[in-house]
Formats: sequence, C-alpha cells, structure tokens
Amino acid sequence: MTAMFELRNLTAAVPGEAGPVRLVEDVSLHVHAGETLAIVGESGSGKTVTFTSALGLLPKPGRVIAGQALLGAEDLLQLSPQELRRRRGARIGMVFQDPLTGLNPVFRIGDQITEVLRAHLPISRAEARERAITLLARVQIPDPARRVDDYPHQFSGGMRQRVLIAMAIALGPRVLIADEPTTALDVTVQAQVLDLLTDLRQADGMAMVLITHDLGVVARQADRVAVMYAGRVVETGTVEEVFRAPRHPYTISLFRSIPDLESPAGAKLAPISGAPPDPARRPAGCAFAPRCFAMREDAGCLRKRPSLTADHHSVACHRAELLEAAS
Amino acid sequence: MTALLEVEALHKNFGGGSSLFGANRAVVRAVDCVSFTLAAGETLGLVGETGSGKSTLGRLVLRLIEPSSGRVRFEGRDVISASAGALRAMRPRMQMVFQDPYGSLDPRMTAGQIIAEPMTTQGMSRHEARERVAALLTLVGLRATMAGRYPHEFSGGQRQRIGIARAIALDPPLVVLDEPVSALDVSVQAQILNLLAEIQARSSISYLFIAHDLAVVRHVSDRVAVMYLGRIVEIAPRDALYRTPRHPYTVSLLSAVPHADPVRERSRERIRPIGEIGSAAALPSGCRFHPRCPRARIIAGRGGDTIAAAGTRLPAACVTVGPVLTPAGGGQHLIACHFPEEN
Repeated sequence: MTAMFELRNLTAAVPGEAGPVRLVEDVSLHVHAGETLAIVGESGSGKTVTFTSALGLLPKPGRVIAGQALLGAEDLLQLSPQELRRRRGARIGMVFQDPLTGLNPVFRIGDQITEVLRAHLPISRAEARERAITLLARVQIPDPARRVDDYPHQFSGGMRQRVLIAMAIALGPRVLIADEPTTALDVTVQAQVLDLLTDLRQADGMAMVLITHDLGVVARQADRVAVMYAGRVVETGTVEEVFRAPRHPYTISLFRSIPDLESPAGAKLAPISGAPPDPARRPAGCAFAPRCFAMREDAGCLRKRPSLTADHHSVACHRAELLEAAS
Repeated sequence: MTALLEVEALHKNFGGGSSLFGANRAVVRAVDCVSFTLAAGETLGLVGETGSGKSTLGRLVLRLIEPSSGRVRFEGRDVISASAGALRAMRPRMQMVFQDPYGSLDPRMTAGQIIAEPMTTQGMSRHEARERVAALLTLVGLRATMAGRYPHEFSGGQRQRIGIARAIALDPPLVVLDEPVSALDVSVQAQILNLLAEIQARSSISYLFIAHDLAVVRHVSDRVAVMYLGRIVEIAPRDALYRTPRHPYTVSLLSAVPHADPVRERSRERIRPIGEIGSAAALPSGCRFHPRCPRARIIAGRGGDTIAAAGTRLPAACVTVGPVLTPAGGGQHLIACHFPEEN
C-alpha cells in the first residue's frame, strides 16, 4: 500500500549567526488513507514546523533545505506558490489549535466558508451557501440554516473549532492535518470534537495527521505514532507497540512523568531533568543525551547522532537494544 | 481540627447596571453561594471547565477581588470585612501562584528582586532578604547565582519556580495555585508538581489547587471540589471522588479524560454530557446541569413527574429546584443532585 502523504528526509532551517539552524532534521513519516498518525512531542520539538515546512507555510526566513513532501506521487516542495496554494485546502485540509484566531471576527461564519469554496470551485454564491449549510450540519452545528449567518463571537469555543473543521474538509481533502485541535477546549468538548474527527475520517477515508502533546488523546485516537524530540523523529510504531513497550528513553521518561488517573494517587512522579536544547545549540551526539537515564559515553551517545532503526517499531537510540535486553 | 480557611456562602456577580448606550447588561453570577473549608497542611483541588468560576473563587478567597457577599475566615479572622491595614497584615500569610509564568513576573526586575519584594515590603532588611533569596532559589531547584538574571533568561518551568519561591518566601500557611502547571510541558510539569509536594512535606502549608486537568488534581489533592457554573456540585476526599463519582457532571468529566492506554481507551464506554457548558450570564433554572445531564434524561424516561425543558422532558425537580450539597455515600462526600443514588 502506498502512502497518501509522505515526508522524506525533510530538513528545514532558519539562518543563524553560525550558519543555518536546523529546526527539523531528516524527518521521514507517512500516513495511509483512512489512518491517523499522531505526532507527539513537547514545545520546540519541531512537530508543528515539520508540517508547516511541508506545506510551504514556514514563516520567512525559515526554509526547507532538503527532503520531499509527497502527496500521492507529487512533491509539494517542487510546486510553484500558486500551485501549492491550490493543493492546500483542496487536497490537504488544516485545522489549528486556536479556534479564536482561525476565524475572522468581522465576517459571518457562512461567508468565511463560502469564501473557501468559491476560491477553489466555479460555483455561484447561492450554491456555495447551500454547501456551507450542509458542511455545518456535517460538523454537527445545531440549526445550521440559521447559524450560518452568525458571527464567530456568537459561537462557543467548541463550535468555532467545528467551523474550522468544516472549512478544512470543505473541498473533500485526502489528507487532514490537525495541529492540537482540542488543546484549547474543555475535556467534555474535546471528547466531542475527537469523535467528530473520527467520524469524518472513517466516512471519507481521509488520511489524518494529529499533532498533540497529550498521550491520552494519542491512545484514544491514533493508529500509529511518531515521537519527536529536538527536531527529529526518535521513535515510531503502532500506538499499541509504542504504548506497550516504548523503546526510546525519551518516550519511556515521558510516560513516567505524567500523572495518570489509574496510577496510585500521590506517587512521586519521575520528571525528566533539565530542558530540551536550544535548536542553535544542540549537542553533537544524541540530542537527548544530557537528560537521558541510559546515556553511556562508551556507547557513542555524546559523539554521534543515532539514526532510526529500519524495523517496524523503530527507534533512534544507541542504547535501545541493551535497554530491551535488560527489561 | 479547626480549619485554616473557612468559606461561607460566597457570591460574586459581575456586570449588571447598564452599558454606555443604556442597554441593560446581564448579571454574571460567576461564583454563586460557595462554601468549603481547608485544614492546615491540606490540599483542596478545585476542578471545573472554563467558565465554572474556579479562578474567580481563588481570587475571592485572597480578596484580590471583592465578593458581592459571603464570608471568608482565615486563621479565625474575617478576611472580607478586614480593613486595608488588617488585610495588609494578613497578606504575607496567604499567597498566590499564577498560571502564566511569562506574564506574572515583572520583566524589569531580576529574579532576586522579584523573590525579595514581599520580604522587603514586610520590613525585612535587604541583607537578610538577600540571604533568604539564595536559600529559596536553592529550595525551588535553581542556583543562588541566578538571582541576578531577568525573567526572559529563564525557561517556562524555571519561571514557575521563581513564582513559587516568591509565594513561599514568607512561609505562608496558605497558597492558592491557579493552573500552576497547565502552561508547562509534561516533563517540566512533573518537576513542579514534585517541588510543590516537597514544600508541603516540609512546612505543612495548605494549597488551594485550581486546575482543569483531572489527573493532575488527583495527583496533588487530599480532597477535591468540582465546580459547574459558579457552584460546587461535588466535594469529597480524593479517592472517594475518583473511585465513585456521584454527580452526573463529575461522572461525565472523568469519563471524557483520555488515558494513555490504547487498549483500555478503546474499549471504554463513555458517558457524554450533551453540548457545552452554558453561560453564567444566562443560568439555567433549577439544577444548572440539567440542559446537559444524561442522568436526568434516563430518569425522565422512567416516567414520574416530568416537564418539558431543554428540548426534551426532564424530571420536574431538576428543572425547577436548585439542588443543595448534601452528604451522599457517607463521610465527607457531598453532592448537589436530586438523584444522588443513581449511577
């Protein structure tokens, strides 16, 4: 099966005082039709930059310096800005975290959806409005024929996020990239929005990329997961594989640091000491080495970057095999 | 055991009156008749969704904003009617840590000045304050040499440590923490939660810990109060609340939290509240949760005294009478629901 959307060795950088600073490095990922790939990582791990780079949305002076972003057989990074703009929206939909800033406060909800439709399709204003109402119904906005004329401030946070999802799927994209789509929402509303995304993915067979820092959301929603740290993918596999037996020390530490509703209450958490490195000052060896419980100088941790193993549940760690033998 | 903090029938309304152009503005009942106590050395977790009034309640307790009515007693003294001078004398004993480690520290002051400020305000000598700052920085896991740095030179987690050092500088018996870890990455969040636990183990400080993250609140709390549209709907010792939640809102809240376990997560049955939290400017009649309540719908389906509401038929009591907090299931477990025994 070929991937619907695939990144190959994507590297993006901004100019720095001592040459380019690589925000993301050598990122390879793929997602199939009907599948959800979760991208997990903390702030600054490069999970958002990876996809803004792939879609030509990385703010200047950032730029992609190597790699491919394949939508089917087509490399998005080889397209002209106009062609790329047509692909975005039409074939790749995007939903971002903040439902407040994603909508223009001075235009009616319906007008914002019809604008998206009419930018890509040769349809009349009346047709576009009909479609907008249908889309609002699809994302379960109650009374869509009336609410289509409301302004964003008349909608709650959860409803605004539904409107942004409606805009993202308006043109029937093959890939939906959702960046922290529920982080700004309350937990009961989050559950509703996640259910909606699942329904849409299943109905349309979209490939979905879900960028999140919430391991609970990943467990609930994703088929496969890629863990990012300091601009690189450090572990990838199916959700079952990664959650049952995480292989990278960073992933292992991440699981140990979160309080869980099921674990004994009040137990001491095991935080990861220190903080992720500044992209301009990443260490020469493994970027996680300074914070790693398994770091060993004689294993090469401080000297060279570990690369991802070629197996299905893959990991980028010099010590992974020894860790597994020990556990 | 006498309580360190006693809150009784606390109310806070915002708005009302008329706007610039003469239109009547709705009264927002942000906190509506809230009562609870907090013992010395205890942590009370306060959870609720956006708009539940939990942050307003935290500020009212410290009288950072003035309540519309109600009583707050701290160490046996009345906080609400205290004169400006009396309140100033109480301030060092009740402190606050804010959510935003970026916005809550003055960018023009060094970390040392920020931490020393409450001490010098209370008349401590500069020399003494400087020594205390060094000790506090070490206590919160920073280095004493960092006192000369400005907030922008610190990471988010380090800034939150500075906020905590400042709050505990005068050994207050009470600290109100408003979402102290929600702006932090999970690995750093764990560092701060452990730090708060260490401080409490050492000094028998009391925390009022306000957060929306149910797993975090469970981790830190002895007792937990759940707020919905300005009211406490359930309050109980931690394990009682998490093991046997009794209010339908608490049940759906806990049911909505995703666990980091794919197998269990996918086989789990969920109890869904309908729609979203309403507005405190247009409160539902009776029980405020009735428009979203799954339990009310089940009970109405069995017959009995029902009336039309929220597009369906609901038990008359839910729509007309506001339930009060009453003991359910024994001990200190209180819930505000007309049907406490249903589950």
